[in-house]
Amino acid sequence: MNDVKKDLKKPAKIMLREIVDKVYAEAWEAKKRGEPVGWSSSKFPAEIAETLGLKVCYPENQAAAIAAKHGGKRMCEYAESLGYDNDICGYARISLAFAAGAECEEKPMPQPDFLLCCNNICNCMTKWYENIARMHNIPLIMIDIPYNNTPEVNDENITYIRAQFENAIKQLEKISGKKFNTEKFKRVCENANRTAKAWLKACSFCQYKPSPLSGFDLFNHMAVVVTARCRKESAEAFEALAAEYEESVNNGTSTWHYDENYRIMFEGIPCWPELQNLFRPLKEKGINTTAIVYAPAFGFVYNNMDEMIRAYCKAPNSVCLETGVDWREGICRENKVDGILVHYNRSCKPWSGYMPEMERRFRKDLGVAVVGFDGDQADPRNFANAQYITRVEGLYEIMESKKNGGL
Amino acid sequence: MTDIEILLAQFEEIANNPKKQLEQYISEGKKVIGCYPYYVPEELIYAAGMIPMGLWGKRGNPNKAKEYFAPFYCSLVQMNLEMALNGDLQKLSGVVHTTLCDTLRPSSQNFRVAMDKIPMIFLAHPQNRKPEFGVEYTMAIYSKMLNQLEEIVGRKVSAGDIKEAIKVYNENRQAKREFVKNAGMHPELISAVQRSAVLKSSYFMEKHLHTTMLNELNKMLQASPIEEWHGTRVVTSGIICDNPSFLKILDDNRIAIAADDVAHESRSFRKDAPYNEDPIRSLAVQFADQDQDTILYDPSLNSRPSHIIDLVKNSNAQGVIVLMMTFCDPEEMEYPSLYNALKEAKIPCLKIGYNHQITDFGQARTSLQAFAEVLSMKN
Ligand code: SF4
Ligand code: SF4
Repeated sequence: MNDVKKDLKKPAKIMLREIVDKVYAEAWEAKKRGEPVGWSSSKFPAEIAETLGLKVCYPENQAAAIAAKHGGKRMCEYAESLGYDNDICGYARISLAFAAGAECEEKPMPQPDFLLCCNNICNCMTKWYENIARMHNIPLIMIDIPYNNTPEVNDENITYIRAQFENAIKQLEKISGKKFNTEKFKRVCENANRTAKAWLKACSFCQYKPSPLSGFDLFNHMAVVVTARCRKESAEAFEALAAEYEESVNNGTSTWHYDENYRIMFEGIPCWPELQNLFRPLKEKGINTTAIVYAPAFGFVYNNMDEMIRAYCKAPNSVCLETGVDWREGICRENKVDGILVHYNRSCKPWSGYMPEMERRFRKDLGVAVVGFDGDQADPRNFANAQYITRVEGLYEIMESKKNGGL
Repeated sequence: MTDIEILLAQFEEIANNPKKQLEQYISEGKKVIGCYPYYVPEELIYAAGMIPMGLWGKRGNPNKAKEYFAPFYCSLVQMNLEMALNGDLQKLSGVVHTTLCDTLRPSSQNFRVAMDKIPMIFLAHPQNRKPEFGVEYTMAIYSKMLNQLEEIVGRKVSAGDIKEAIKVYNENRQAKREFVKNAGMHPELISAVQRSAVLKSSYFMEKHLHTTMLNELNKMLQASPIEEWHGTRVVTSGIICDNPSFLKILDDNRIAIAADDVAHESRSFRKDAPYNEDPIRSLAVQFADQDQDTILYDPSLNSRPSHIIDLVKNSNAQGVIVLMMTFCDPEEMEYPSLYNALKEAKIPCLKIGYNHQITDFGQARTSLQAFAEVLSMKN
């Protein structure tokens, strides 16, 4: 009895970590049983594979974990030795290296029997997965989401994507040997919605001053939204996380253990190999991150198939400039930021490609300090700590000057 | 000057002076629409009585474009924006912007913001282009594009107009394919520099006029006796390869271009639009039929390397030169598969970095000289 109680009190952080571990453990078990295991891009409609009971791993999540454990350079170099240019996204290079057989103790996962590719986040995905399909000679299920130039998604896009969803279901029925059960699909969608709502709720606690959390925590917790958003336990874990934050607000505690002199949005994904370096000047100067773009980007809620399709059209890098700006300015206002630190991520062309224009809009619309630095989410060779420190100092100075009534 | 040389000089004059062409059209009261790469159905523009002109960047360094792009974006897109910001495109009545790669996605947004005075026709092609639902989606976006063109030109475009345009374009594609073959057979008459100019000029010309000139050239080439070529023959592959200083190195080293897999060249005219009662469907099916391209999803997974190997064999080439556009991730992503396939087929391959900023091809010259030697030993 006592044990159960203790278990109920498990910190949400642990619950979340265990969920990701379980996703990979289940994939290994499925592989051992001889069941097909898939690899999926982070914003492929996970609801489909989940409904069919297929076990799936997530190369982007794997690449982030490898990079955070300092295996990024080694894996990237391995991919380069196979002929992949160092200009290519670091996640793709790490994943291609792993698929080609590079040793990787940081985060091993079963090799794939089928691939789920959705290019809403980038076109790089298309060729990355094609390359893996070629290496392993396995089926590739491709859902193409055309880029949007307006905040609304056009009806012809919905019709096109709906047909692809149906196609994907048929292909996956064959792979799984199961019939697609619409009742189960409904339940899976309910879970996904509940997870998204709980994720958004947890993220929303950044609005409190001081914030009960360090925004960087959310980058870690995001792994669950990527790998397990259709599971009930994910929703429960995020609900628990939100409850913890609520308690912290009431108790005046926080996972950010430093001064909160300033609050910023961290634009983009962090440089995983450099988390310590990223963090150091921020904590020294008491700058907490209270806004990250992944909050709205993964918090999608829908009520029917059409809405679900529209939701999958709204990924970072698939929305137009105006929607991208809206998302960011929304969370900057809600979470009361004083500045924005823009990561010019060498790995991510679609993301970094409109950042200079976004910077201008942030300055104009929000009047906050905006400073950029050069980095990479996975390849440490593209990050210079000295430049980063100088830029954070610059950001701090502008925020100070604004606070003191300067420009 | 021989008749062939006179004609070639005309092509070169046009290829090297797009601005002059543009001025000419504007002075004739014609409307001009700029077209980003790739696969813009120019037929619709032609059918609307306007002139499509290709926007593939230009030689030089981005300066103002740096306000929009970090340095790690291809020079094609950077230089298009540079031209726009320098006012070179202000006489255009519209620009069609595509989105098939990760650089074109944000580029479409940057261009729209930077050039807010010129209507941007946004064209997001499908990757799942082959199934019927893909064809229907393409039809829908092409129809929208047509509506925007009609607004610009101020009149309706009939199905008949489009069918006629398709005919004109199919003829032009046919003529270009023939020219590529003829140029490959007559490197003594057509240098690499001239070959590029003939193909490039079509981006700045009304297609029926280009076809007329090209048919004449083709006829002359076909009538010329085949001479023994004291040099080597290659297939070129890449996005674009139009820098005369670079091409001259090929000529200096007697490396003939026997065929190409270049987006700016053969990839753009490989497929005709098949006849259909609905001409929008013809164009959508034409796009669905496109294959063997680094920026297109390949459901068969491996068609491009075998296509290039076939090109080498069918054109009697001895090797492949890959012009790797700097910062072009689709091309980079597909390079290892190509390299491995060529290696297996024992076809020598040379990769050379290429972009619009390079002025000194000294390093390329050295590699090409060495490559020419390797190839000549294969003979
Ligand atoms: S980092 Fe950018 S380019 Fe790389 S996989 Fe993610 S979205 Fe695509
Ligand atoms: S395909 Fe390559 S060269 Fe073409 S626009 Fe994209 S990145 Fe640039």
